[in-house]
Amino acid sequence: MSWPLWEVFVRGKRGLNHVHVGSLHAPDAELALRHARDVYTRRNEGVSIWVVPAGAITASSPDEKDPFFAPSGDKVYRHPTFYVIPDDVPHL
Amino acid sequence: MAFDNAYESLTEEHGEETRWAYGTGFADTMAGVAHALPAGADPADLFAYCLMLGDDALVLAQRLAEWCSRAPELEEDVALANIGLDLLGQARPLYTRAGEVYPAGRPAGVPRHVPDEDALAYFRDEHAFRNVRLVEIDCGPGPGGDFAATIARLLVFSSWRLALLSRLTSSTDPVLAAVAAKGVKELAYHRDHAAQWTLRLGDGTEESHRRMVAGLATVWPLLDELFIAHPVELRLAETGVAADPSALESEVDEVLDQVLARAGLDRPEVRPLAPVGGRAGRDGVHTEAMGYLLAEMQYLARSQPEAVW
Repeated sequence: MSWPLWEVFVRGKRGLNHVHVGSLHAPDAELALRHARDVYTRRNEGVSIWVVPAGAITASSPDEKDPFFAPSGDKVYRHPTFYVIPDDVPHL
Repeated sequence: MAFDNAYESLTEEHGEETRWAYGTGFADTMAGVAHALPAGADPADLFAYCLMLGDDALVLAQRLAEWCSRAPELEEDVALANIGLDLLGQARPLYTRAGEVYPAGRPAGVPRHVPDEDALAYFRDEHAFRNVRLVEIDCGPGPGGDFAATIARLLVFSSWRLALLSRLTSSTDPVLAAVAAKGVKELAYHRDHAAQWTLRLGDGTEESHRRMVAGLATVWPLLDELFIAHPVELRLAETGVAADPSALESEVDEVLDQVLARAGLDRPEVRPLAPVGGRAGRDGVHTEAMGYLLAEMQYLARSQPEAVW
């Protein structure tokens, strides 16, 4: 009997967003959190961990990569690139 | 670029070398700690007390290390190793403190270049070890137990040590207080991990329940010894250095009863393992498991005492 797969997302102490760092096997969400802490964070205080059962994630298909993403490539008006960002705006 | 590597956006200091696991910027909790001898404390007593606390941690760390690559799942392998490393990390400053306050306690004949912590870990015989007997028995992966017995021991030990270290955070010995302050966070995790598994095994399948019952029965006879105060502990408790273990019993009982009730398990009805002539682990009187454990742990250091590592 094998444990189900969980995907792990971690946000650092001063990090802004959760980042996917890897996956692991665990019997349930509670133990997935604890194992994620052991394997991926070394228990550094002040980090936030999300675990998600891998089955709950719907991914875009690599086969449909072109129809999915390519059409936006040549439409420059879709990209907010026509104004100057002030120097003191952080995180952009 | 920021997201070429998942860890780049997680490390504390950008530009620092990339770590293979997230978790940089650790502070040395022992840095800047005072080393004065607390008023009224006998150095030989403080030495003995540091050994008691250090030996409990070292011997259980040795037992947990035996699980390396033999745990039920890869993730659990990492968790048990982590807990063992925490305990080893608690033992080391305690041995160093022991050697510092009472150099006469250093085992005779150990080469001078061997640090006190190594001299005390590798060159003491069974009867000089002052750990409680709970930590030395085989709870698996050897024939003496299994994963459930290991979890049962960890539940009992971590509940007790957490209660003990919580009190020692206000010890008048600055090193003990610092070790305790770091240790309570670690022990809170150990207890949580053991409680999580007790719930799952106790409330799991018929077989896991049976094994959890057997595991508790294996460790329960050694519970009473945890609350018996040694004269060294009583003398040091008077000066505010140590905690009287008999004062921990109701707190530990409450935790254990709560976990067992939720896991659908009963408190085992077994007779306590009696001391031998009134003497037990704290006096250097151990079970037959202890000699084998030390023989394995100390073999290399004793066969190559001049070696540097």
